[in-house]
Parts: sequence; structure tokens; C-alpha cells
Amino acid sequence: MTLTLGHFLSLGAMLFALSVIGIFLNRKNLIVLLMAIELMLLAVNTNFVAFSHYLGDMHGQIFVFFILTVAAAESAIGLAILVLLFRNKSSIHVDELNTLKG
Amino acid sequence: MDVKTALFYVFSAILLFAAFRVITARNPVHAALFLVLAFCQAAMVWMLLKAEFLAITLVLVYVGAVMVLFLFVVMMMDISGDSIRQGFWKHFPLAAIVGVLIALEMAAVLMGGFRVSEEILPAAQQGQAGAGIPNTRALGKVLYTEYVYPLEIAAAILLVAMIAAIALTLRQRKDSKFVSPSDQVRVRAKDRMTVIAMPATRVAAADEPAAATNVESKP
Repeated sequence: MTLTLGHFLSLGAMLFALSVIGIFLNRKNLIVLLMAIELMLLAVNTNFVAFSHYLGDMHGQIFVFFILTVAAAESAIGLAILVLLFRNKSSIHVDELNTLKG
Repeated sequence: MDVKTALFYVFSAILLFAAFRVITARNPVHAALFLVLAFCQAAMVWMLLKAEFLAITLVLVYVGAVMVLFLFVVMMMDISGDSIRQGFWKHFPLAAIVGVLIALEMAAVLMGGFRVSEEILPAAQQGQAGAGIPNTRALGKVLYTEYVYPLEIAAAILLVAMIAAIALTLRQRKDSKFVSPSDQVRVRAKDRMTVIAMPATRVAAADEPAAATNVESKP
């Protein structure tokens, strides 16, 4: 039994499902929400790399490269906003972030 | 089952366990450390897919930079253990249903529809790893020719993110006294000292009773 593309795609699917569960469960903790988003991006990247390998196309890995760049920028800004939030409200509860009344 | 398949299952099991612990850990520091473990296992899985450059980049960039940033932020904050887990079990049934549904559906489609083995695609494999070109060189050849414009945009995004993160978290004390250097540089001798014409002392003494009567006349 050798590895097929389905193995890697299933791994990505399970990782993505776990991250979705994490976003549902940790409604109070913004920092774990950010970590769950990172895990989602990891699952998507795994899919890209798997397709790139099995289809022999280099462009999938280029896309992963750019996703990594944007994800790093996103997590940096997200953490900066988190620090600012904690400084102003002394908590990172997602439910209390309703001052914009959106 | 060859060695590669066995390695894949070992890495996948540790990866899924680490991801599970990330979303259920009581302590955010533990969650961050398990996320580091998850990234390392994912890098190993990418190694199995012959994407060495991206695997090493994942370890360097994510474990080395982003996760250290996460750990810094987690340790800077005083987050108590129990209050952040309110509603954890209240949302659990819905979350479990949604998650299991996603995993089962995608696995059912993917395992059935993508039985693409490595032996079936020899030509495609030749295209990627053929002629002894390393993965890093192949990636660089495409990245710096075909994708040079997106590469510049990615660099600009990183710069913007850096400036935004610094600008968001930069804080100055409101009660500190300081002189603006630009004002100091631009000062002129005329602004430094002004000579005011003062009336003589005797005249001031003569004015004094009048001022006093003024104050007294006010009720």
C-alpha cells in the first residue's frame, strides 16, 4: 500500500475540521482563535503541496510560499491588535468586543 | 506498507494529536507549544512530498519567528485559566457535529476520488524533480522569473505589516515632559527673548490705590 494523493488530502481535511472545532470551542480566547486560523492555513498549505507533488506542478509550491508570507503578516498584525485590546480592556474575551455595536 | 507510508501515518497521528491539544489546552502557553509541535510534524509531511524548501521555511519562519511572537504575547498577558474556557462545553456538541461532518465528507470524497499513486504519474514526476534539479532551485527559477511581481507585492505586504504592528503598539507616556527636537532646531533668537516695555515704579505705585479701589468696589 503506497501513499496516494487522497492520504494527504484527507490529512488536510481532518486538520481543517479540527481547526473549525477549535474556533467553535474557544469562543472566549482570542489567542487560541488565532492559533486555530494558523492551523487552518497549515491544512490548506498541505493540500497545495500535495497537489503540487502529485501533479508535478511547481506553481502550487509558489502559492504556498505566498500564503506563508501573508499569514506571517496577518499574525503579526493580529497579535498587535490583541496586545492593544488587552491594554485597553484587560481581557481578551471575544464576547466583550462589542463597543463598535456592529 | 513501506517505510514512507509508515512515516506518513506516524507524522499524521502526531500532527492531529498536537492540533487537538492546541484547541483543547487549558493553558495558552501549552497551546502555543503544541502548535510548534504541529508545525514541525507538518514540515515532516511536506518533506515526504519532496518540498524541502517549504518544509525548512515552515520551521524557520513559523517555529522560529511567528510562534516565538505568539509565546511573547501569551506570556505578556495575564490570562487566567478558567474564565477563558467559559462556554467551552456549551459549544461542544455543535462543534463536534460540524467538525465530524466536514472531516467525514471530505475524507469520503478525497479517499475515493484521488487514488493517485506516485507510480501512476511518472511523466509528471519527471517534470518536477527530473534532471536532478533540486526543489529549491526549481522553486527559485519560477519565483524570480514568472512570479517576480507578486514577490515584490509580498515584500511590500511584509513592510506594511511591520509598520502597522509597530504603529499599533507604540505608546508614549502622557505625563512625560519633553521638548520636540524639531521645535528646538527651528528656534530663532528673536523668539527666545522679548523685551517688554514696563512702566516705571513710581507710576505703578500711583496706579495701586486706583486698582485697590476697583477691587473693593466690586461686591
